[in-house]
Amino acid sequence: MKKLLFSGICLLLAAIYAFPQTLPAKTFHLQMDSLMISTADHTKFKVLQQEFKNGPEVTKACLTCHTEASKQLHRTKHWTWDVPMKDGKRLGKKHVVNNFCISVEGNEPRCTSCHIGYNWKDKSFDFKSELNVDCLVCHDMTGTYKKLPAGAGHPAYEVTVFEKKTFPKVDLSFVAQHVGHPDRHNCGICHFEGGGADAVKHGDLDNSLLKPGKSLDVHMAVGKNELNMTCTDCHKTEGHQVPGSRYEPQARDVHGFDYPLPDDYPTTCSSCHGLKPHKQNKKLDDHIDKVACQTCHIPAIAKERPTKMWWDWSKAGKFDRSGKEITRKDVSGNPVYVTKKGEFRWAENIEPEYRWFNGEMNYITFLTKIDDKSVVAINHPDGYSGDTLSRIWPFKVHRGLQPYDPVHKRFVKPKLFGPKGSGAYWSDFNWGIAIQKGMEYAGMEYSGKYGFVETEMYWPISHMVSPKEDALGCVECHARDGRLKNLSGFYLPGRDTNPIVEITGLLVIVGSLFGVMAHAIMRYLANKKSLSGGAA
Amino acid sequence: MRKVYLYARFQRFWHWMQAIIIFALLFTGLEVHGLFKLMGYETAFNIHNFFAWGLMGFILLAFFWYITTGDFRQYLTEGNLLEKIMMQVRYYMVGIFMNEPHPFKKNEISRLNPLQRITYLMLTLVGLPLQIIFGFAYYYFNELVALGMNPGWLEPIALIHTLLAYMLIGFVIMHVYMTTTGHTLTSNIKAMITGWEEVDD
Repeated sequence: MKKLLFSGICLLLAAIYAFPQTLPAKTFHLQMDSLMISTADHTKFKVLQQEFKNGPEVTKACLTCHTEASKQLHRTKHWTWDVPMKDGKRLGKKHVVNNFCISVEGNEPRCTSCHIGYNWKDKSFDFKSELNVDCLVCHDMTGTYKKLPAGAGHPAYEVTVFEKKTFPKVDLSFVAQHVGHPDRHNCGICHFEGGGADAVKHGDLDNSLLKPGKSLDVHMAVGKNELNMTCTDCHKTEGHQVPGSRYEPQARDVHGFDYPLPDDYPTTCSSCHGLKPHKQNKKLDDHIDKVACQTCHIPAIAKERPTKMWWDWSKAGKFDRSGKEITRKDVSGNPVYVTKKGEFRWAENIEPEYRWFNGEMNYITFLTKIDDKSVVAINHPDGYSGDTLSRIWPFKVHRGLQPYDPVHKRFVKPKLFGPKGSGAYWSDFNWGIAIQKGMEYAGMEYSGKYGFVETEMYWPISHMVSPKEDALGCVECHARDGRLKNLSGFYLPGRDTNPIVEITGLLVIVGSLFGVMAHAIMRYLANKKSLSGGAA
Repeated sequence: MRKVYLYARFQRFWHWMQAIIIFALLFTGLEVHGLFKLMGYETAFNIHNFFAWGLMGFILLAFFWYITTGDFRQYLTEGNLLEKIMMQVRYYMVGIFMNEPHPFKKNEISRLNPLQRITYLMLTLVGLPLQIIFGFAYYYFNELVALGMNPGWLEPIALIHTLLAYMLIGFVIMHVYMTTTGHTLTSNIKAMITGWEEVDD
């Protein structure tokens, strides 16, 4: 027995000596699972294990634990669609003009399919209702929760067909038990499909960002060794206040590196990359005071999916010979004519347009008197070259024609969406009535006359950042016909010349060339003469 | 006819380095100015800035050499400089066609005629230093603005730099042509390569 114990100990010592004790890798690498992210497993909550009849019932269940959630959301732009500006203007989706579907007011059930609430059918919507906050649209992790296109924010509680598309019944209980921190598909369901379909509106936000490759978006690229960043990594949210604004954007970050506690706007490029980000070519850092990072690092917009560039409402309302609505598509399947909406143009993988931008986006509202003799800028970036705040920024500029009141010189709010007989343009196809109805509903003055005016709308570009090897080379701008050929007010090497300098230079060079040539010929002739003279 | 040793090894080395540098600077500079696209803006820009340091380095080296060897005396003249320059100008405008002899003889003590003296002196003391100063101000524009320079000066700095470059091209053209006005068409260039030149007795 003793012998056995002894040999056992010997064996053990030998084993320890032969195999030094190492801890398994698992000890050092924490498992990346739901426990790393959340302290709650929502499938275990009794209150979620029930058949929900509708969205507000789910919200009611959420509020049993997250008691203040709705009150917090009531304070967000995503809920109010109302952004009061310092100059007294009211912006926000509820108020602004755009040159896509023009106005929310009057068309609520259609537009509010992107509202984070339920039931915003018309003006009577109760903005104080806690149950009408839609938790699921942002927190659904199953990818099965979709609001109906014209459901005033509700998903399909029964199988629903809308415009030939079938929306299956949503399993609210299943979705409610699988909630989490918003992922790219949650933001994308509205922000990738703004304007009614994928890629229409922004030019730098579309469904290609759900699973992008590195060349499309170096930060959001998915896969091994990629960064796999999602929307909220930059739009770092506290108390449901998602930072980032098209009304009060930030054109330059002077603070530089401050991640993970960025200033009160979304994490900027400099928040992570600092104010001197170029390691190899320091000259590039000299550009930072005048050129936004986006300008060189987002060389093209709508990289993989065509975005809408032109929408001419004045062409709407044509029917084919049998009186049916027309839909014409181009070779890649993008609609170029739709009876309800008019004429469209699309573009894919195109250069953005460049403007000086100091962060001021001047918005026109439905109350602004417009100059209908030229193209009306619905919003336009402020800034000029000598301004210390301004930098050159890329923009998608969406242009088109839309209805306005030529007497009052103001934009109008046509009623587009509604059943037949309601006066809605998409059912009755009469602009006069549609505008009359829309303006009546909004309580706004309308002369009874309408016309169409050309407009343009600026969308600053900040997404789809390319890997550095795809960034713009110098010559893209430093050339006679470069990307910045239309930006004036400053000297751009390689692009600009001064006629006096060029002409003087030409005279000096051509003059000296001709001078020496003439001198050489005269020398040659004089030499020949003297030689022949000497012989004679 | 006799052979004289006119150019010391350093002078010849300096001259040809200067020539290469100035050619490279003019060539890349014109591309950066957008007159043609050959090697690409960025490459042209990088080469230009590299040779800019070379030009400055060689000018300083030359100053050092001229001062320490005392060879700067080659650039000094006695008597009425203007009159002597005019004599040389007259030779190029008139005398050269009449087979007249050069008005000033080259020898070991005096290898430059008065026109050369004033031209090279102005080039080395005024033209190139000005071009270097404006070039560096152009390159270090951001740093200078940070030190308080008016940002609006970018354009004048760039324009003067461009204008001086054009004038330098004019100089190069005439300078290369003038090398053919020696004893034979190539005797001047040969001298700048070997150091030795055939001159009249």
